[in-house]
Amino acid sequence: MSMSAERVALETSTGHEGGSDETRVPGRWSGVLSQMLRTRRVVVGLVILALMAAAAWLGPLISPWEFGERDFSSFLKPPSPEHWLGTDNTGRDIFTITMSGLQKSLIIGLLVAVITTTFAAVVGAFAGYFTGVSDRALMWITDLALVLPSFLILAILSPVLRTSGWLVFVLLLAAFGWMVTAKMIRGMTISLKEREYVHAARFMGVPAWKIIFRHIIPNMSSLLIVDATINVSSAIIAETALSYFGFGVQPPDVTLGSLIAVGARQAVTHPWTFVFCTGLLVLLVLAVNMIGDGLRDALDPQSKSRRA
Amino acid sequence: MNNTETTTAPDPAPTRSGDVPVLEVDNLHVTFPGVNKAPDIKAVRGVSYRLNRGEILGIVGESGSGKSVSSLAAMGLLPEYAEVTGSVRLKGQELLGLDDQRLAKVRGKVISMVFQDPLSALTPVYTVGDQLAEAVRVHDSTVSKQQALTRAAELLALVGIPNAAQRLKAFPHEFSGGMRQRVMIAMAMANDPDVIICDEPTTALDVTIQAQVLELLKTAQRETGAAIVMITHDLGVVAGFVDRVLVMYAGRPVEMGTVDEVYYRTRMPYTMGLLGAIPRLDLEEKTPLVPIKGNPPSLAALPPGCPFAPRCPIALPQCSAGEPQLLTIGAQPSTAEIDAVGQSQAAASEPARSSTVEHRSACIRSGEIDTENWTAADIYPLPEIPADAVARLPRADRPVVLEVDDLIKHHPLLKGALFKRRVGTVYAVDGISFDIRERETLGLVGESGCGKSTTLMEILSLDRPARGKVVVLGKESGRLSRRERFKIRRDMQVVFQDPMSSLDPRMPVFEIIAEPLRTHSYPRSRLNARVRELLALVGLDPAHASRYPAEFSGGQRQRIGIARALALEPKVLVLDEPVSALDVSIQAGVVNLLEELQARLGLAYLFVAHDLSVIRHLADRVAVMYLGKIVEIGDVHSIYTEPAHPYTQALLSAIPIPDPEKERSRTHIVLEGDLPSPANPPSGCSFRTRCPKFQALPESDRRRCLSEEPAIRPLTGDDHATACHYAQKRVVV
Amino acid sequence: MGMFLVRRLANYVVLVFLATTFAYLLAATTLDPRANFEQMQPPPSPESVDARLYQLNLNDKTPLAERYTTWVTGVATGDFGQTIQGKPVNTEIARKAGVTLRLIIAGTIIGCTTGVAIGAYSAVRQYRKFDKTATAAAFFVLAVPTVVIAVTLQVAAASINQATGVQIFQYGGEYTSGLDAGFWGTLGNRLQHMVLPTLTLAIALFAAFSRYQRNMMLDVLGSDFVRTAMAKGLTRRAALFKHALRTALIPTVTYFTFTFGILLAGTTFTEKVYGWNGMGAWVVDSIFTNDVHAVAAVSCFMAVCVMAASFFSDILYAWLDPRVRVG
Repeated sequence: MSMSAERVALETSTGHEGGSDETRVPGRWSGVLSQMLRTRRVVVGLVILALMAAAAWLGPLISPWEFGERDFSSFLKPPSPEHWLGTDNTGRDIFTITMSGLQKSLIIGLLVAVITTTFAAVVGAFAGYFTGVSDRALMWITDLALVLPSFLILAILSPVLRTSGWLVFVLLLAAFGWMVTAKMIRGMTISLKEREYVHAARFMGVPAWKIIFRHIIPNMSSLLIVDATINVSSAIIAETALSYFGFGVQPPDVTLGSLIAVGARQAVTHPWTFVFCTGLLVLLVLAVNMIGDGLRDALDPQSKSRRA
Repeated sequence: MNNTETTTAPDPAPTRSGDVPVLEVDNLHVTFPGVNKAPDIKAVRGVSYRLNRGEILGIVGESGSGKSVSSLAAMGLLPEYAEVTGSVRLKGQELLGLDDQRLAKVRGKVISMVFQDPLSALTPVYTVGDQLAEAVRVHDSTVSKQQALTRAAELLALVGIPNAAQRLKAFPHEFSGGMRQRVMIAMAMANDPDVIICDEPTTALDVTIQAQVLELLKTAQRETGAAIVMITHDLGVVAGFVDRVLVMYAGRPVEMGTVDEVYYRTRMPYTMGLLGAIPRLDLEEKTPLVPIKGNPPSLAALPPGCPFAPRCPIALPQCSAGEPQLLTIGAQPSTAEIDAVGQSQAAASEPARSSTVEHRSACIRSGEIDTENWTAADIYPLPEIPADAVARLPRADRPVVLEVDDLIKHHPLLKGALFKRRVGTVYAVDGISFDIRERETLGLVGESGCGKSTTLMEILSLDRPARGKVVVLGKESGRLSRRERFKIRRDMQVVFQDPMSSLDPRMPVFEIIAEPLRTHSYPRSRLNARVRELLALVGLDPAHASRYPAEFSGGQRQRIGIARALALEPKVLVLDEPVSALDVSIQAGVVNLLEELQARLGLAYLFVAHDLSVIRHLADRVAVMYLGKIVEIGDVHSIYTEPAHPYTQALLSAIPIPDPEKERSRTHIVLEGDLPSPANPPSGCSFRTRCPKFQALPESDRRRCLSEEPAIRPLTGDDHATACHYAQKRVVV
Repeated sequence: MGMFLVRRLANYVVLVFLATTFAYLLAATTLDPRANFEQMQPPPSPESVDARLYQLNLNDKTPLAERYTTWVTGVATGDFGQTIQGKPVNTEIARKAGVTLRLIIAGTIIGCTTGVAIGAYSAVRQYRKFDKTATAAAFFVLAVPTVVIAVTLQVAAASINQATGVQIFQYGGEYTSGLDAGFWGTLGNRLQHMVLPTLTLAIALFAAFSRYQRNMMLDVLGSDFVRTAMAKGLTRRAALFKHALRTALIPTVTYFTFTFGILLAGTTFTEKVYGWNGMGAWVVDSIFTNDVHAVAAVSCFMAVCVMAASFFSDILYAWLDPRVRVG
């Protein structure tokens, strides 16, 4: 899913070069796709992810309970035919809230990853291509981000979140997550910039911004895709961590993280409030990581795990 | 391991250095199993040879011919997943199948190896001394650390590193490439081995350094009495250095014999093509090179029969019936026999023997070639290159298309891993001047670090230089407006060296060639036709326009790069080492194409290369660069026949010629030391630190070289100028 | 070399200062200390709230620049101000920093060394059973947030204790309060408390480092110098350990700097889950109690920790890589 999102981002960025016409061959992405599907880890990860997405959106529909609904006759009840995964302290149906938590976690993860990666790609590529002041500024910001863990900044900013919705939270997560990717992309750009095809384009008079969008970013696309998947999982984990302390998504919205936060306190006495949301979270991140790692092997020509 | 039955009958004919085989390789096969359903790669398919004590065997082949893999297999240095069969016997001891422990006792002790890339061959975190001492101690634990270091110092001194005792404490990154290769050789000599395998030991080095290293290898052989296996793609290096040659193609030996037999009585069409494809430094007349059509076959999917048959100009239908054996000339089965019983049975009539002296070839027509005494020119169709009528005009009557006057490019020298601070200046290009006229080729030559690539980049950038000027078609680059600069880019285009990186891998060929056209608003309606026209012009199939660069071979990619450069019909083409990354057989085709295009389109070339043979073949005039300056410039004839600058003389003299007799009778001028750092050039004449002439001068005359920088001055009569206080013409080729 | 480190150090000091300033400004603008006093029962008079806030240098009616100047002057003389309860921040730091450092140092050493060792060995045994197991384990751990690791270990420890009937593991607090067991008893008790939190951190670090070291090791396994080492007579094993591992350690040292921030976040969760009174737990509480000075102080502490880690890895880097040392 992040694949298609990433593709949209890249295609739109290369779209306004005014050069796409009838001879544009569709093979550019089909090669990547077939490479991807040949790696078993990627396929397994994608299937798990698709199943989870299906469950997250269909689950609340087939559940007999509504999202906000409380069953005042059963608090903290173990799984039963009535409540498939039991109920929590306030009588909510665990299955229903877990599925909508999964929904939100998925959205947050994907959105953050797309925003982060796109932003990082553009900033990193421009900084690397032009070097100079913009480059130094970027390096300072990344250094600063290393010194001050983004977790801390987000936690300090959390009072702001109490009043605004989860979308702002997504933006904040993205705002403090792009630096490392940007730094890496800058490094890649600096080496790509010395490739002869970039020189050739420069010497035929192609303007710099076109070179960046036409030659540099597309040639990092495999790296960007891999990085986007990594960002999905780190966004989900960061969300969980922040929500655990109540710094993340605020009620009535629920995410897997906020559910874990509640469940963890009664993990010993009422395991069903903890086990299901945690299990889903681990499975989700595992699936995303599998996709990312598999993609790295499949797409990165330098990858040593393919011997040839 | 399992195929050890083909023990050779003792060979009656002794070679010049005794007949005790130290290394016997028999029917060696190496296969890299394919992963994920990919087909297996059969890198080596039946290599057999015997190496006698003190003998030098050359293994020649293009990339992918299996020449390196076969020797790595012999040393047990291939990755574990490689499947190796056959037999490798070192002084009678079978090596294949030995476990790593026992093999390690042999490696470096009885058989040692020198690798291609000296820059990456030494561990960066240990000192040179420690690494050398380790080579000594690993085979003899009784040696103390101190003794080993003393031995290491001796070895360093032996390979010609001055101040050896102090340099022991240096780290590899403090050594130049040539010096690191010396360390590698010292390491290989450390335990007086019986066999030294040299895997392209000079390929990564400049010619003057190559001459030093070859000289050193000869010394090493004298010192240790070791037999040497010299693996290389350079037929020039082999000619003067080895006793016998083994030519490999697609994982198999296709011709074997003494160096004179293989060079003068070539009996395999592939070898003939190879020899014909090399531009010659020593030949004046410009005949087109012999291009071998097509590309080497994929080792994962070999065609049936002779692997060279699809490219062979004299292939017969019988050639694809079976793979010919490596047999003595005339012993090949006749075509009638093959038709009757098939290749494999027909060949089985003679026992396969790995002989040391007989001239053998794996071609069913070798007998025919022998009796008819065919040469490359007889069997390979030579391309017609149209004569250029306008080029016959005197030089002075043709307009200047590119003029460079006193151009300078200095980089700040930065230091520090994270905090860059300026600690000096690199005088990359330090005041060079030349001009190129219409339809003319100027060859710019020099070793790496001499500033030739920087010169190109500086010209192509069209920025205002720090000093001097660049004038393209009458317009001075520093004074152009943005728009004028954009317009002038049409007239000057570039072809790069590396066919892997000069094309955007994510663009189809059509887009690549269309990019300059689109950038300069070529009418859209004619775009398609123009791209097809260009592809046809460079000899590619226009139907392949929708493919990606990865689907083309190196030579084809280079042609795509040329098509892209020609798209806007430039007047000047800047060529940055356009053929140096290609195999000779492919290189010839590209060189011919460039010649043809020049004649047809009236182009002027600025051709940068380190290979002086290619330059002699292509260029009208030559400029030789050393440390950011042009030391000699003039027409090709004058420069090659009677160079006047000691550096040009040394450069020309250092290049091995693919002609064994000539090569044996030549004396090479071997320069001492490395190129000085361009950040800290010597005072006066920058070449004086390595100049053989300077060393021969009396003290009083030296003063001038020390203090006064020689200006470039024309010599008598011809178009020939040089920057030497004591210039003297001399024949070196 | 010395000069290089001095320059680095100077750069770090500037970065720490900027980071702390940034954290202070962020906290001072988003946190609302006034709310703490206004919610008191009985509600104090607005004047007394103002006076109290002013006294603490937390009054939002004072311009931010002025508050910042006061604060930064204090920090320059080594005084981080007062907590919202009016206690000096410095004494709190003195009490809590040691707790956190103990956790970090023990966790880092255990996590990094096992991670590097296992990663390097799995690279050598690529695609064998060991590699596959280690990879699977690392993958699984990477998918589990630190919080969940901490809670899971706690649950597991509780059930083991229950099953055996002996208090093998301690999972609440830093030590048993009111314990009187002499020096060795106290030490044992502390160690007993330390096991689970340290393990939590170490497991997370192990996963990251083993993956990274494996990749770095694979990068150098096929390199020319390893081949050279074998060609001169070293066995594959010796060449790998003496030449490949030593070289592959260099990038890992840089990686350490990158992971340290994440490690600090992990420490926060661990402290919180296991009820340790360290800096991490303090910052979480301080944000809820709108304690601006405490937040700024912890930010400064974390920045200093990251810098110390970077500096340490710089030194290690220079020691490992002669190219930096000489250059």
